[in-house]
Amino acid sequence: MTVVLKVENLSKHFGGLRAVNGVTFDVARGELKALIGPNGAGKSTCFNMLMGQLKPSAGRVSLNGEDITGKPPRDIWRRGVGRTFQITGTYQSMTVAENVQMALISHHRKIFAIRPFAHKLYRDEALALLEIVGMADQADRACAILAYGDLKRLELAIALANNPTLLLMDEPTAGMAPKERERLMQLTADIVRDRNISVLFTEHDMDVVFAHAHHIMVLNRGELIADGTAAEVRNNAQVQEVYLGGGTLYAKEDAHA
Amino acid sequence: MGLFAAQLITGLANAAALFLVASGLSLIFGVTRIVNFAHGSLYMLGAYFGVTLMQMLPGGFGFWGSVLLSGLIVGLIGVVIEICVLRPVYRAPELFQLVATFGVILVIQDLTLMIWGADDQIGPRAPGLKSVVRILGEPIPQYDLALIAITPFILLALWWLITKTRIGILVRAATQDRTMVGALGVNQSWLFTGVFFLGSALAGLGGAIQLPKGGADLLMDLNIISAVFVVVVIGGMGSIPGAFVASVLISVLNVFGVAYLPQSTLVLMYVVMAVVLLIRPYGLLGREEKGGEHGQVGEPDRPIRPAGLVGRSLVAALMVALALIPVFGSNFTQVLLTDIIIFCLFAASLQFMLSTGGLVSFGHAAYFGGGAYAAALLVTHAGTPMELAFLFAPFAAGLLAIIFGWFCIRLSGVYFAMLTLAFSQLVWSAAFQWYDVTGGDDGLVNIWPSEWLSGTTTYYYFTLIVGVGGIILLRHLTHTPLGYALRAGRDSDRQAEATGINVKLVQWTGFAVAGALAGLAGGLFVFSKGSIFPNELEIAKSFDALIVVFLGGVKTLSGGVVGAAFMDGVRDWLTRLEYWRLILGLLIIAVVIIAPNGIVGSLRKGAERLGFYRGEFSE
Ligand SMILES: Nc1ncnc2c1ncn2[C@@H]1O[C@H](COP(=O)(O)OP(=O)(O)OP(=O)(O)O)[C@@H](O)[C@H]1O
Ligand SMILES: [Mg+2]
Repeated sequence: MTVVLKVENLSKHFGGLRAVNGVTFDVARGELKALIGPNGAGKSTCFNMLMGQLKPSAGRVSLNGEDITGKPPRDIWRRGVGRTFQITGTYQSMTVAENVQMALISHHRKIFAIRPFAHKLYRDEALALLEIVGMADQADRACAILAYGDLKRLELAIALANNPTLLLMDEPTAGMAPKERERLMQLTADIVRDRNISVLFTEHDMDVVFAHAHHIMVLNRGELIADGTAAEVRNNAQVQEVYLGGGTLYAKEDAHA
Repeated sequence: MGLFAAQLITGLANAAALFLVASGLSLIFGVTRIVNFAHGSLYMLGAYFGVTLMQMLPGGFGFWGSVLLSGLIVGLIGVVIEICVLRPVYRAPELFQLVATFGVILVIQDLTLMIWGADDQIGPRAPGLKSVVRILGEPIPQYDLALIAITPFILLALWWLITKTRIGILVRAATQDRTMVGALGVNQSWLFTGVFFLGSALAGLGGAIQLPKGGADLLMDLNIISAVFVVVVIGGMGSIPGAFVASVLISVLNVFGVAYLPQSTLVLMYVVMAVVLLIRPYGLLGREEKGGEHGQVGEPDRPIRPAGLVGRSLVAALMVALALIPVFGSNFTQVLLTDIIIFCLFAASLQFMLSTGGLVSFGHAAYFGGGAYAAALLVTHAGTPMELAFLFAPFAAGLLAIIFGWFCIRLSGVYFAMLTLAFSQLVWSAAFQWYDVTGGDDGLVNIWPSEWLSGTTTYYYFTLIVGVGGIILLRHLTHTPLGYALRAGRDSDRQAEATGINVKLVQWTGFAVAGALAGLAGGLFVFSKGSIFPNELEIAKSFDALIVVFLGGVKTLSGGVVGAAFMDGVRDWLTRLEYWRLILGLLIIAVVIIAPNGIVGSLRKGAERLGFYRGEFSE
């Protein structure tokens, strides 16, 4: 089992708040791993440190054995990490296809090209990616008028543009109907299997998590309190306390980032 | 030693008015996030009202009463401006607000002219403080000492207001987090109005209090505004102690500059600012500011496509028509069209960085004038042939844009705008004060094209080819990966960075391209006029370009060109009217509030509604 992502003692403090505190875990090749936890547990903060949107206060992140701690997102992306965000940030002034084409243009290092028309570059590749996520029929619509669930699928297509070895997906199914969630998670599982890539995702829908994740990690108040298979996590006393002890099972609400 | 002390005292005294105006601007910005370009106009109004009131109210009591009353009146005028002009645009993008306040400048200029006339007003001297005292043998006006004594009290009063009173707590809360004000159960719009009153009143006080030293004239609005911006940027936007420190620094620096480096007083100020920003990008006491959240305010831009067959045919037809002008049109028409084409290219270059890149530059004139001056300097001092000098214009302007861009790109939003403005002022002051090289106010003359291009018609064709070529080049770039990358960085910086795009580098490149093409327009300009003067580098020139882009439609590709053509077309007619500034100012404000899509955007909307044109959004 090759380790793709290795996280050691990762911490982020905002003033006095320990949003993430000494988190250590691995993600193996071909693994579909979930990071769960209540609202404000530090999941998004963790993702932001993995891909360089935030600089860690302490700790180390390595990708395929190389230290990538504190590198800017674009460098980490070039090393084969794709990501989707809890709140989508697609290019509103472009069409669906152009959004994917931009990522492909960047992947092929054509950003500074000043001869070709951008909307003609890598269009077929973009359509193929959109086909995977089931968005090909909407390829020429303006991104600004998409439904939220479609934006999430578009983000996934974008994240696949550079053939990532690792995908980070922050609440990929937020804002979707239950059926749609299930379909997207199934799609993600297929991608993991077909391309032999690794996916780390956060998710508030426990049905989805327990149905698809190979391994589950639980984060609570910045601390990792469990890391194991579905059965292990389910039977973990501390996890039960966090999720059940308070009386509420789980907030399905989509909280803000 | 005595002279040194005297200069220091003069500098400190000058700081008083500057601090009053700057603290008002800073306060307004901190709470409302609006950069009030009309702040200098409020200062000017304070001075005029002060003069009038002092003539009516005699004695020491009358003098100081007039100062306070002027502040009060100007504060109320600020309230009117806030309610009528700014309230409708709080939610609009920054650019809209800035353009609106620029409209206010024009309106106030003409209203002042109407009421008080064109003559400069001499400020009355303060009763009881008319004489001088000797300090270390140097004569120091008593009034200067009074100002130095007053300023710290104003600072203290403001500090007390902001830290110790309930209003101050609200103001601070709003400065830090605007959504919090609502949570505190306060009507946000009245808080904004209140802050506008206070900020405007401070500007009015500043105008009135400096009367014994400077009087009142119609140029003082724009004269002070760039110094105020420098102060606010150096001190940190939104920081009142910062405004104080920077006011003192700049005023003292100016006095010593006049004494020891008379050729470079203006430049000095901007150099200091650049140095401060290099070390502390958010000013001495400013806090780091997150640029706008990713995504744009308001309706998003639409997806773009290169012009189709119909579009291209229309452009081709227009080109043929323009090419036939010399056959039918008069000499005058050709000269006018030459001007228009040059202005269109200048506006198009701004639109490239502004609309496509989301980089709102307030100092684009630096590259237009910079290119023009570069060519003119080569001709004047090196006797370079016209062809070479002409090619040097875009090259030099591009180089300038690369250098200035490096500083500016590190900031975003209003900070970016302020810094571009400051750099353009730097170039302007160099042209204005470096008499031996640039000819100062007299400009550089006798910069004519070579023999083969010297006829009006020939030069018209030359301009047509180069100008339209430049516009088409910009338009093409918009559709290339570089243009798309600019749009990507503008739409979502985070997403672009997370997919391998170095957004700052892309923006820097866009900045340089826009600069080079503005320089190209400058090159065309200087050889068409045969001369160049510093006014081509003024703030007003930068604003001209901003306004036409805005008038044409920010969220369109052709807005700049259409707006420029429209503006230059009507300008000739408009400027014959006595109060054309008033009309233009009101027009600008009306466009901002009523038709924010501009000419092209509104036409497109209208065509969509009538069904001539099916937009992406019409489904
Ligand atoms: N930039 C920031 N500055 C200060 N505090 C922050 C910042 N970003 C996040 N936090 C805080 O860190 C904690 C963790 O936030 P984070 O967004 O990582 O949680 P999360 O697990 O993703 O929650 P959710 O399920 O709601 O998305 C929260 O208390 C949040 O308020
Ligand atoms: Mg989150």
